[in-house]
Amino acid sequence: MAIISRGFAGRRSAAEAKLPPGQYLTTDFPVLSAGPTPHISLDRWEFTIDDGSRVLKRWDWKSFRELPSETITVDIHCVTRWSKLGTSWEGVSLDVLLADVKTDSPYAMFRSYGDYTTNLPLKGVLNKQAWVAFKFDGADLAPEHGGPARLLVPHLYLWKSAKWVKGMTLMEHDKPGFWEGLGYHIYGDPWLEQRYSDQ
Amino acid sequence: MAGTAVLRPVTWRSARVVGLRDETATARTITLVVRDWPGHIAGQHVDVRLTAPDGYSAVRSYSIASAPNSDGRIEITVERLPNGEVSPYLTKELMVGDDLELRGPIGGWFVWRRGQTEPIQLVAGGSGIVPLMAMIRSRASAGSFAPFRLLYSVREPGAVFYRDELQALSDQDHSVIVTYAYTRVTPKDSPRPPGRIDAMLIAAGTWPSDLGPTSYVCGPTSFVENATDLLIAAGHGRENIRTERFGATGERK
Repeated sequence: MAIISRGFAGRRSAAEAKLPPGQYLTTDFPVLSAGPTPHISLDRWEFTIDDGSRVLKRWDWKSFRELPSETITVDIHCVTRWSKLGTSWEGVSLDVLLADVKTDSPYAMFRSYGDYTTNLPLKGVLNKQAWVAFKFDGADLAPEHGGPARLLVPHLYLWKSAKWVKGMTLMEHDKPGFWEGLGYHIYGDPWLEQRYSDQ
Repeated sequence: MAGTAVLRPVTWRSARVVGLRDETATARTITLVVRDWPGHIAGQHVDVRLTAPDGYSAVRSYSIASAPNSDGRIEITVERLPNGEVSPYLTKELMVGDDLELRGPIGGWFVWRRGQTEPIQLVAGGSGIVPLMAMIRSRASAGSFAPFRLLYSVREPGAVFYRDELQALSDQDHSVIVTYAYTRVTPKDSPRPPGRIDAMLIAAGTWPSDLGPTSYVCGPTSFVENATDLLIAAGHGRENIRTERFGATGERK
C-alpha cells in the first residue's frame, strides 16, 4: 500500500522495461568508490590467485595480457540505482584464469589495490559470468573506473565488479567483503533486488 | 578499511513533510517527520520513493543534512537537476503536509561518529556539502571538541547552501573553520580568482597532514578525483580519506 505522490507522473521509456526493479537508465558513467583512486603503474601491477596460505597463480601485466581475451557487451547495474545498457568491455574471463587451478573451495574474496575487497561464490563467476577487464569502449580503462584492470561481474550489482583488482583468495566458507560488511547484500542480484543485508 | 557494520531493518516508512525552505534558486531543504525512525549517523543517506497514481514508482537516494536526534525528524537538501525525474518534483511540487515513502538510514562508511576526536577535514564540491553539513551539525549538537575544517568549492556565491548557519557556527566556535573556493564567479572582495581547487588552496585551506586528520570528500566525480589527488600529494594517507561521489545524472543528494 504505497503512498501516492500527489501530482507525480514520473517519466517512463520503453528501455526502462528492460531494467531490474528500482533502477533507472543513465547514459553517462557515474563513479562510486569508498576512497581515493589508486594510480597503479603497469610495471608494478600483478594479479594473483591464492588459497589463503600459498600463491597458486601469478601474472604480471605482460603475461596477463598474453592470455586470451574477449570483447563483452553487457548491461551494468549499480546499487545506487543507475543502470547503463550495452556497455562494451575487453577482458580475460575467470574461466581462463582459473583453468588449471585445482580447488574444492566454493568461495573467493577478490582483493584490490586500495584495500577494497568483495566476496563471490565461484559458481557466480565461472562459465562466462565474470572477467578481469582492461578496456572499456575500446580504450584503456581509466583509473577512476578501475584501471588498469577491474573485475566485471555484470549479472550482479556493480560493487561486486571490484575496481583495481589485484587478486583473489579462495575460501572454504563465504565471508563478507568491504561493502557486504557495511550492510550490503552478501550476493547482490539486481533482478532479485538484493541491495541490503537484511533482505 | 574496516568499518563498523550498520545493520538495521531497511523497510519503507512513511514520512510527512513538515517544512520546506529554499537554500538557493535550485535547491530546497525538506524537513520530514518519519514514523518509527531508528535514528542515523551523520553522513548516511535515505532512499526516497515517489509513486504515481497508476502505481509507477521512482526511487532516489539523498544524503541526510540534519544532525542525529531522537525526535524522528530529518532534513534532506535536494538540488534540482534540469532533466531529473524526481528532483523537480521534490523541489517544486512537494508541499507541507504531503507524505512520502522513505527507507534508511543507509551507509556505514562515509560517516562521522561523535566518538571521533581527531581533526576532521571536510571537502565539498557543490551539493556534496549535504552529508558534510550533517557532520558539522552533529559535532555542534554533541558538543564535540573535534577540530573541523571545511573547504567548500562552489560555482558562485549564490550557490552556497547553509551560508548563515556556517557563518554562525564558525563565529561562535573557532574550531569550525570554513574556506570557500569559487569556481566561476567570486564575491567582490575575494582575493583569489575563480578556479577549481589547487595545491595552493589545499595548503591554505586544509589541515596539514601531520595533524593526522580524517578527510571526507564529497562531490561530483571529477571534483573528488582532483581533491583526493591533491590531498595525497600534500602527504595525507589514502587510508584516511573517505569519498562519496555522484555522477552528472546520479541524483545522489
